[in-house]
Amino acid sequence: MNAPTLSAPLQAATAAACTSAPAINFAYLDERSKRMIRRALLKAVAIPGYQVPFGSREMPLPYGWGTGGIQVTAAVIGPNDVLKVIDQGSDDTVNAVNIRRFFQRTAGVPITTQTRAATLIQTRHRIPETPLREGQIIVYQVPVPEPLQRLEPRETETRTLHALAEYGLMHVKLYEDIARHGHIATTYDYPVLVNGRYLMSPSPIPKFDNPKLHRNPALQLFGAGREKRIYAVPPYTKVESLSFDDHPFEVQRWEAACALCGATDAFLDEVIIDDQGTRQHTCSDSDHCQQRRAAASTVAT
Amino acid sequence: MYVAVKGGEAAILQSYRLLAEQRRGDEAVPELSVAQIRQQMKLAVDRVMSEGSLYDPELAALAIKQACGDLVEAIFLLRAYRATLPRLGRTLALRTETMALSRRISATFKDLPGGQILGPTYDYTQRLLDFALLAAAPTQPPTEPGPARPPEPPAPRVVDLLNQEGLIEQCPPPAGDPEPTDLTREPLRFPADRATRLQNLARGDEGFLLAMAYSTQRGYSHTHPFVGEIRLGTVAVELEPEELGFGLSIGDIELTECEMVNQFVGSQSEPPQFTRGYGLAFGHSERKAMAMSLVDRSLRATELGEAVQAPAQMQEFVLSHSDSLEASGFVQHLKLPHYVDFQSELELVRRMRAQALISSASTDSAATPDPAPASPPWTQP
Amino acid sequence: MNQTLPMPATPSCTPQPLLRVRQLGKRYGALTALHDASFDLWPGEVLAVVGESGSGKSTLLNAVAALSRPDSGGVEYRLRDGTLEDVHALSAARQRLLARTDWGFVHQNPADGLRMDVSAGANVGERLMGLGWRHYGQLRATALEWLQRVEIDPWRIDDTPRVFSGGMRQRLQIARNLVTSPRLLFMDEPTSGLDVSVQARLLDLLRRLTQELQLAVVIVTHDLAVARLLAQRMVVMQRGRIVESGLTDQLLDDPQHPYTQLLVSSVLPP
Repeated sequence: MNAPTLSAPLQAATAAACTSAPAINFAYLDERSKRMIRRALLKAVAIPGYQVPFGSREMPLPYGWGTGGIQVTAAVIGPNDVLKVIDQGSDDTVNAVNIRRFFQRTAGVPITTQTRAATLIQTRHRIPETPLREGQIIVYQVPVPEPLQRLEPRETETRTLHALAEYGLMHVKLYEDIARHGHIATTYDYPVLVNGRYLMSPSPIPKFDNPKLHRNPALQLFGAGREKRIYAVPPYTKVESLSFDDHPFEVQRWEAACALCGATDAFLDEVIIDDQGTRQHTCSDSDHCQQRRAAASTVAT
Repeated sequence: MYVAVKGGEAAILQSYRLLAEQRRGDEAVPELSVAQIRQQMKLAVDRVMSEGSLYDPELAALAIKQACGDLVEAIFLLRAYRATLPRLGRTLALRTETMALSRRISATFKDLPGGQILGPTYDYTQRLLDFALLAAAPTQPPTEPGPARPPEPPAPRVVDLLNQEGLIEQCPPPAGDPEPTDLTREPLRFPADRATRLQNLARGDEGFLLAMAYSTQRGYSHTHPFVGEIRLGTVAVELEPEELGFGLSIGDIELTECEMVNQFVGSQSEPPQFTRGYGLAFGHSERKAMAMSLVDRSLRATELGEAVQAPAQMQEFVLSHSDSLEASGFVQHLKLPHYVDFQSELELVRRMRAQALISSASTDSAATPDPAPASPPWTQP
Repeated sequence: MNQTLPMPATPSCTPQPLLRVRQLGKRYGALTALHDASFDLWPGEVLAVVGESGSGKSTLLNAVAALSRPDSGGVEYRLRDGTLEDVHALSAARQRLLARTDWGFVHQNPADGLRMDVSAGANVGERLMGLGWRHYGQLRATALEWLQRVEIDPWRIDDTPRVFSGGMRQRLQIARNLVTSPRLLFMDEPTSGLDVSVQARLLDLLRRLTQELQLAVVIVTHDLAVARLLAQRMVVMQRGRIVESGLTDQLLDDPQHPYTQLLVSSVLPP
């Protein structure tokens, strides 16, 4: 008895699937997935601050560990890009190293630690101190894209609130902070209004970094893999941190300077250096600190 | 471009080495083979396939070996692999009524056409540790095997029997038979229709679904469930290439299917009928299929005119938290450095404590509320 | 800048109805919960909808307040600029805006109409914040003012309703609704579940406020004494239908419909 034969395309596809180790596409994602993500990115750029749902793929890193940022980077990166990856402002934290290695393996693009030299920066929880330029793209890793989630966990409700621009709930939260503490008690992931329309979570960057979102010359992209949302702030877009007229938005200030480079206007990490609890402050942005020290030693010689 | 290889990279490489050691264990002990896992840890393999959404026992066994037996980690490995696979096509709907049965039971009838087939089950074992298994030598000659038992012939489904009298709801596909959403390709949106919910549940973590199902039995929205039927067996998977116009069997898979018969619903115009809950899993996974069927029924509350009061009835609650990858990823992401955000909180708490110290030092005991206090002292232009 | 609320249109010589309810009907499966219900409501007028439980009063209220969609009939509301709008034809966005500015809804259970875990001040200020008020000091001052008007101790402004008594919660709910100076208030059994003495105090407050603010009110109640105290006009419902309507005093002193007579005769004098 003749077994029915498969059509040629079906045969070829089956054969391809049967070969042992499949070749990995440039930057890991297959082209169809990249196309899907790019479409979501285009929508996001067209509606600044609006969360676009997308079909997030399972990546080789766990949800919650930057898969959204990685998918966005994978969708926009090209062989001529120069990639910088930071976590908590540093190129050297294990998570940044892990993600950078992932792209080195799957895309083989040039890597840099210098903000100035990068064309594409993926970041977790900080914006670099060095001002970004036109033409640069910064990709933020976002754990919770919905700024109202802690106040209203139901997506069906928050969708309506965003559609109708009903953001009273967010201001209620800020009011409560002032009533309870005398000032707004949110220090990171501080909600912003984008382009005068959408309420957005800037990802858990310290509020110190919020002013950098405003009218940034670079393209800012945000990816939330687990929650499956993408959003964007196009270059030179208005981004305002929420506040009350009589309780304006303020950033953190330190009394100390960086112990390594002397910076007084950068975000400082606190490190405990001995058993007596002696504290030292150093720049969170490792590249910024490095550049300042290099410049200082050039001047000195 | 210059790349500074500093502590981070070295730490990661070392952790890989330690992980490999942990996985191998004592070198004096023979290494576990993937084939052994596939054959002798079948139920683990079945779970990994179900939640990994990929029917490939060998790959599932490999994932289990690589994950050192951590099934959630193994499921992750399988899912990540699946995400790289090209789509060849879509099969025809599986026809479980044609299942070659190795197990088939019903709690709603004492006996029924096709009979009650106990099959391989832990249900009636006594849970006593069998120390004989400890001493098993690898090349033990097997005891004389009984004559090979062919699988039982297909038997009519209990729901179809109940259907003959119109006693149970029909659940026809929605008008126009729309294509179901593919949750592996598109994000979950709410409200989700039943097909989408079932997909989510099929991939959902067994432990979570078990707890949700259990809650419905303990009063958090009780649905008066009865096991209409559980069947375990193999079913042919058929593909229908366009140019052929008929189905082509590409193999058999083993499935566990559970039909739960639940609280009847009726109105003044319509006579009462039993309602249904459905569960399906790869391999032999009864606990999962049963839990899934209870939760499926519970999530149909709005459709069946029931008040939504318990967590197991709330779509957003159940479906948003059922995925072990999402849950595990986010819970464990707390291990990632958060010191920048913590730094911010630290500053705030310190300032608030300093302020509290100042205000308790003053003799203020105002009975009437003041308007908002003046700007805190720490704000500098 | 704070968003200012539109000034009410100056009344013409012959005032026009604020609300026109025409032949409203609603079914739940085979059950007819509401049939052919009609009434008009004038600015500043209080209308009581009375009947026993199951009479369809709450169904009527919810359909009129756009909380549910009727199966037949219509509801028209006169906006501040004088135009008459079909309430159920409005977009969700406009309905919600209306519900937060021009209208108020006081639920029987205050927990349904309040944010229980947010301070009293925030509860009162929320609608204003939703309208764009951005001055904390002004929000707080306005909240204080309203708390005093509903006779809640101002020093409770930072407490959450969880620690309030039932009567206080209800008064807070009223303040939350009135802060945007609505023209129409819907109330669903606002005094049920409260102690008799607490009820009396609340009714007093309601009577004072409705008169001071010239509020139009549709109040659902099974208690004829509440109707007598607050409402100029009244409709009586039985099994989904309005069986009698008219001036409250007339209806209560000289009921015509047998059902109304039954209701009135079973009321104990205060």
